[in-house]
Amino acid sequence: MTRVRRWLPGLLLVSPSIVLIGVFVYGLLGWNFKVAMTDKHDEIAEIPGKFVGLENFASIWSEDRWGLSVRHSIVFTVVFVGGALVLGWLLAFLMEKGIRGEGGFRAIYLFPMAISFIATGVVWRWLMNSATGERAVGLNRLFHYLGLDFLQWQWFRDPDWGMAAMAVPAVWQMSGYIMALFLAGFRGVPEELREAARVDGCNEWQVYRRVILPMLRPVTLSALIILGHISLKVFDLVVAVSGKQIITDVPATFMWTAVFDAHDPAKGATIAAYIVLSVVIFIVPYLIWNARRGNR
Amino acid sequence: MTRAGAARWVRLGLLVLFVVVFLIPVYVLLVTSFKPLSEADPGQAWNLPTVWTTEAWRVAWEKLEPGILNSFLLAIPGSLLSAALGSMNGYVLSKWRFPGADVVFTLFLFGMFIPYQGVMIPLVQLMVNLGDWFHLDLYGGIPGLTLAHVVYGIPICTLIFRNYYVTIPDELIEASRVDGAGMLRTFWSIVLPVSGPAFAVVIIWQFTSMWNDFLFAVFLTGPTSWPATVMLNNIAGAQTVPYSQQMAAAILASIPTMVVYVLLGRFFMRGLMAGALKG
Repeated sequence: MTRVRRWLPGLLLVSPSIVLIGVFVYGLLGWNFKVAMTDKHDEIAEIPGKFVGLENFASIWSEDRWGLSVRHSIVFTVVFVGGALVLGWLLAFLMEKGIRGEGGFRAIYLFPMAISFIATGVVWRWLMNSATGERAVGLNRLFHYLGLDFLQWQWFRDPDWGMAAMAVPAVWQMSGYIMALFLAGFRGVPEELREAARVDGCNEWQVYRRVILPMLRPVTLSALIILGHISLKVFDLVVAVSGKQIITDVPATFMWTAVFDAHDPAKGATIAAYIVLSVVIFIVPYLIWNARRGNR
Repeated sequence: MTRAGAARWVRLGLLVLFVVVFLIPVYVLLVTSFKPLSEADPGQAWNLPTVWTTEAWRVAWEKLEPGILNSFLLAIPGSLLSAALGSMNGYVLSKWRFPGADVVFTLFLFGMFIPYQGVMIPLVQLMVNLGDWFHLDLYGGIPGLTLAHVVYGIPICTLIFRNYYVTIPDELIEASRVDGAGMLRTFWSIVLPVSGPAFAVVIIWQFTSMWNDFLFAVFLTGPTSWPATVMLNNIAGAQTVPYSQQMAAAILASIPTMVVYVLLGRFFMRGLMAGALKG
């Protein structure tokens, strides 16, 4: 009894948050799946919708637009995650031994993180304007000035690789963050360890290969998780750069139009459920891994 | 020059090159926003304005002002509420633990990573229902949007406070207990007085994410309560609005978070790092 008296107040103090998370996160996720399993394809009519099982989940694959948005999402993810990881790592690598003005460099690489995708989307839409030749503005015009006309292309309007262009602003925005993560990782390697490796006859390159890179693995995993889950739900950036155009459609924008333009809750919920599942597949193992590591 | 010296210069050179690349969008934003309409042709796209004018800024401010106000009404109370909830949760989950506290914490953390699209459709419905039951104007207004941000901010705020409170020695809490102080008394007189940095991190983090959010805002608010991001997107999405005004509006909508970043970047960084769990 005295033991209960000891911990009960704590539980009471957290209970509002437990209820809120229970309802708003888990309850609503469940509700969304429930909507996704009905035939409520009309928002206006007051009918609740019949249970149809996984029919919506299967039938959506026969829609061209869905296939397109999945393909776009994959291209975006590969370019964005790869780009931000490589650039962030490179920036951290260039700085890790300490360099004059490090604080200034870091502040500049990181500042895009403080701005919304909507605001940066405004300027990137201009920079990635698809006009070429005489009418070129933005980066295409800059390429012309630099004598690199062959680099001019359609950017996000390119029918095949437009989503690779869409990843450019995202890399610009997020690589500073990845740099900060890697920099903390580099600095977490004790100097004695590097020294010991040198004494054992490793050259600088081998010190990196054998000592530092293996110790950066947890950081790399965190970075991958963060970038991956941002990528799969990307929405603001796409809306800001190109609006609702099919040519840059991703699941999140498709869901948005399903809800607001097509007024089809069941379809919107189905797409939302797929977005959640795509993230859950790798977040849950990560959280379990992280919790185990924390307990050690 | 020695090899190490040369390597340092190469590193510095590359870093400066990246600074230039990173600042290209900033140059475009500033330069374009000060251009008069007469200089809006592609041939002068990258030139400095020959005539500097603040006309675009004036028009942009007129269009954006209600949104900026709404964003403040959202982000200031919202971030304070988030911090209050986060500090209580973090305190209990680190210093006044109950059976199953770890499970609760992990379940909270999952809430940090879910794509919010997955709750959006029922959330709209829930807001409508809650509004009906309690006769509140939740759906479509700032209070509902604030509620959503506070709730979905619980995981990250709890995480930041918990990780901060773990560093307070248990003996301090135990001593207070032995002196007969209860949970709230200990929180108030031992824990809160040293919580300043964690509050700064959480308030800055939540302020920034509420200010920059677009997804919740488009689903949950109507025209009179649109925050700055939605208004900016509408301004920028209109074909008729000249680039100079779009750019000025984009800068205006970013000033508050930029000011926070410049003045309190240290705390912003810590929030970012917390987002990576124990990375």
